[in-house]
Amino acid sequence: MQNRLRIKAAALALAAAGALAWAADAMAQANEIFVPVLVYRTGPYAPNGVPWADGFVDYLKLVNERDGGINGVKIAFEECETGYATDRGVECYERLKSKKPVAYSPLSTGITYALTEKAPGDHIVLITAGYGRADSVDGSVFRWNFPLLGTYWDGADILVQHVKTKGSLKGKKIALVYHDSPYGKEPIEALQALSKKEGFHLLLLPVTHPGVEQKATWLQIRQQRPDYVFLWGWGVMNSTAIKEAIAVAYPRLQMYGVWWSGAEPDVVPAEQAAKGYNALALGHSAENDRPVHKDIMKYLYEKGKGTASDRKEVGQVLYNRGMLSAILTVESIRTAMKKYGNGVMTGDQVRWGAEHLNIDAGRIKQLGVDGMMVPVHTSCMDHGGAHSARIHTWDGSSWSYTSGMYTADYKLLRPLVEESATKYAKEKGISPVDCAKEK
Amino acid sequence: MIYRETGQFRTSYASDQQLFPILQDRVLVIGFLAFAFVVVPFVASDYLFRAILTPFLILSLAALGLNILVGYCGQLSLGTGGFMAVGAYAAYNLAVRIPSLNLIVVFVLAGLCATLVGALFGIPSLRIKGFYLAVTTLAAQFFLDWLFSRVGWFTNDSSSGSVAAPPLELFGHPIQGPAEKYLLVLSIVSVFALLAKNLTRGAVGRSWMATRDMDVAAEVIGIRPLYAKLTAFAVSSFYVGVAGAMWGFVYLGGWEPLAFDVNRSFELLFMVIIGGLGSILGSFLGAAFIVILPIALNRLPSALGVPLSTATVSELELMVFGGLIVFFLIAEPRGLARLWAIGKEKLRLWPFPH
Repeated sequence: MQNRLRIKAAALALAAAGALAWAADAMAQANEIFVPVLVYRTGPYAPNGVPWADGFVDYLKLVNERDGGINGVKIAFEECETGYATDRGVECYERLKSKKPVAYSPLSTGITYALTEKAPGDHIVLITAGYGRADSVDGSVFRWNFPLLGTYWDGADILVQHVKTKGSLKGKKIALVYHDSPYGKEPIEALQALSKKEGFHLLLLPVTHPGVEQKATWLQIRQQRPDYVFLWGWGVMNSTAIKEAIAVAYPRLQMYGVWWSGAEPDVVPAEQAAKGYNALALGHSAENDRPVHKDIMKYLYEKGKGTASDRKEVGQVLYNRGMLSAILTVESIRTAMKKYGNGVMTGDQVRWGAEHLNIDAGRIKQLGVDGMMVPVHTSCMDHGGAHSARIHTWDGSSWSYTSGMYTADYKLLRPLVEESATKYAKEKGISPVDCAKEK
Repeated sequence: MIYRETGQFRTSYASDQQLFPILQDRVLVIGFLAFAFVVVPFVASDYLFRAILTPFLILSLAALGLNILVGYCGQLSLGTGGFMAVGAYAAYNLAVRIPSLNLIVVFVLAGLCATLVGALFGIPSLRIKGFYLAVTTLAAQFFLDWLFSRVGWFTNDSSSGSVAAPPLELFGHPIQGPAEKYLLVLSIVSVFALLAKNLTRGAVGRSWMATRDMDVAAEVIGIRPLYAKLTAFAVSSFYVGVAGAMWGFVYLGGWEPLAFDVNRSFELLFMVIIGGLGSILGSFLGAAFIVILPIALNRLPSALGVPLSTATVSELELMVFGGLIVFFLIAEPRGLARLWAIGKEKLRLWPFPH
């Protein structure tokens, strides 16, 4: 009996060894431009990863269905599951590289850091809309990174600007409850600079991945009674943080989340008790009635081609953000086509397109996202293109804007960006390009 | 029939004591190495190099190190991820603070740093055994996790906690392409595997195995437990440290503390258990099982043309992988290397088994 089982095991091992040599790939068709989609639909970050992925893929499908592609060139796309793990993200990057991708949006600052090492050598653009390295705004060092719409330093500065409107911050205490990963640690440098400038005391409270153990953190908050709590969480950490805040009776009105901590999956578990929780809105909130949403319903969901399993997901905060990420990718390709002609673009050409993005108010209206984003204008010096956000608040059942648009203060942030970028360039032996000479 | 050693007479002690006394074994191993060094760099695709072969080789080196400790010396260790981290961060600090150092020297010095740390955390093994030692090494893992997360000096005061390795170059020649990185890793791993094979056959290795089998009896016949256990920890940590340095420098390029967390330790322990405790080949087989099989399972549905969502594929991959682990451990608890050994035994009699 044991022997037969051994033989079966050996046979299975041989079969597995045979399957290992498999590398059957379907190449993208000749006149299609390939956009890889790195997503996480499993794991502790899935509640937030799924709507983003659905929004991204839906917009790509919409461009194919409604417009017949970008200026006639259809988009081929393929999803790859990363589970928010850096090594899986790197494997997905390598797996999809054979199909000649033009731009990756990894939706993870950790994976962005790893891909920042590889993408320049492979001539592939990294569009990190609303996340990624804050110092990659400096395009003279980070030629291939595009942290469009806003970085975490922008977010930190805007939050401080907003809470300052409620009264001077001198002597006040602000706690940062952050995910103990590159994503969560990113705003610390900016917040430390701001605490020196504004005179508030910064309390740093890290939460280990995946973020379900926060009892100790919130007991500390109850002890220290900070005036404001900034939440820099992701996935289940967000909903856990809000539930813990309710448990220690920390007023939600004094909690401010970054734009990745202010979406439906974070507040719906706590329902009405999360009322008053504020978060940054990266230009958009949970609009679901713009022309682009109507088009998505008409061309995709009415025909049964939508990606989301539940139609109500269309127009949610993270769905909109995924959609905007896809819009920025498509617009970069379109801008590249204006210069290089309507064909299949290469990575270098899309890089040029991303560096010369000029999405003005008129174009925003044409895209059907009126009121959901600010104009984006990139350049070699500024790979972010836009550095604005506003605050939206949860009232128990929906999000509504509770502030005007703020713009990050680059008089304070630019020296920090350049210092960090220069340090990176020195470590990697990169010689920064002279932006004045770039066309 | 093919594997008979009839007619092969060894006429000197040296030829009898060689690593692969049977001619067929020698032919197989040297042929395999020649294939890996000479044919693969020209034939394999970029994806195979960067996503399959390089991580497989680096993790098999780490599994080899852990096998020396757990398989040959019987000291259960759950701190391997932390020791890999020591190697990686030591290499990073050496490369960034002393840029003129040769890459091989950087790796060796990083391994030596890991040796010191490993020997330090191995001292409790002189008093405690088995699961209790596992807990001590787990403490090492968490301590090192905390150290590299909180003490800014190790990450060169990086604000995000992420570090980026400087570009690799060896004797003036930059190592950028995937085939070059693969060859670098393959050379280092082959040398280390040869060293390990010889160590485990020598006096030191026999003292490890004696300590594993019955440590009181070993002490009675004169094997010093301090010497045996600490050398096991030291050699194992050296291997694991070099593997960690290569993981960070050659494979990832840039990493954050999560890359060497407790899941990595468990992953390496599983590699060693499934591959076969106390076997050099077992480390490689286990690493292949744990590194390559999930990727193959993930790609299988699309390769077969079955349209499934990525979420379903990932969940299926986890379930099938777990099922396979259970199956292999029931079929052969002593690991894949034992399956291979039994196969060879059968081949000696084939086609006339009795």
